[in-house]
Amino acid sequence: MAVGKRPLSPHLQVYRPQITSVLSISHRFSGIVLAAGLLVLVYWLAALAAGDAAYAEALSVLGAWPVKLVLFLGSFAFFYHLANGIRHLWWDSGRGFEISQVYASGWAVIIAASALTLLAWGIVLFGGAS
Amino acid sequence: MSLRSPLGRALGLGAAGNGTAHWWQQRVTAVALALLGAWFAICLLSLELGDRAALAGWIARPLNAALLGLLVLTAAWHSQLGTRVIVEDYVKGALKVPLLLALQFVHAIAAAVGVVAVLQIAIGGR
Repeated sequence: MAVGKRPLSPHLQVYRPQITSVLSISHRFSGIVLAAGLLVLVYWLAALAAGDAAYAEALSVLGAWPVKLVLFLGSFAFFYHLANGIRHLWWDSGRGFEISQVYASGWAVIIAASALTLLAWGIVLFGGAS
Repeated sequence: MSLRSPLGRALGLGAAGNGTAHWWQQRVTAVALALLGAWFAICLLSLELGDRAALAGWIARPLNAALLGLLVLTAAWHSQLGTRVIVEDYVKGALKVPLLLALQFVHAIAAAVGVVAVLQIAIGGR
């Protein structure tokens, strides 16, 4: 059999998705989203530095509804990567590796990321300074 | 019995020759970003984003300008480390090295533009 056509372990497609594997790949995926988010942050700062006209244009771009939806998903990626990153740092200390603990911390990350995202957008849309 | 040479063990740099440098930098920037990111998210929620003059005034305060500059630099470094590993893991063939180069350049430009923008607002009085 030609090299490159051989079957590869671990046959990801035959496994039922589990919270461990789904959260693991989500950490990478949310990291890619946040790399794009860094570019949005820099765009916002550059527009802010460039003057009133540039900032007004940036606000109209970032405030448009499709973009707002992307920012909402991006903010979830931020809170997820933050919460799961803390989980990773906790693992780095050598703790929390029992399977029951891994499941519990996984659900805690999902709940924390969802709650923080909804809280933040609740403040943006319904309260806060504006 | 270890098959590693005594010199290899003493240097502790492993097969790639970089030791734990990448891993450790990712952890240090992760802790920094957890703090800086939480700080920035809270500030962002309490600021009036439509008021450019007020925002510029907020950024112009020394602590805010310093932390915002550090946030951009740390995020760019952490992101550069992470996306590099993703490309190394999943991209094969002729695309791999150009993509790695492009990622380095994009992150360098993002970090530079972000820091210049913060400095223009903080020192240049924009």
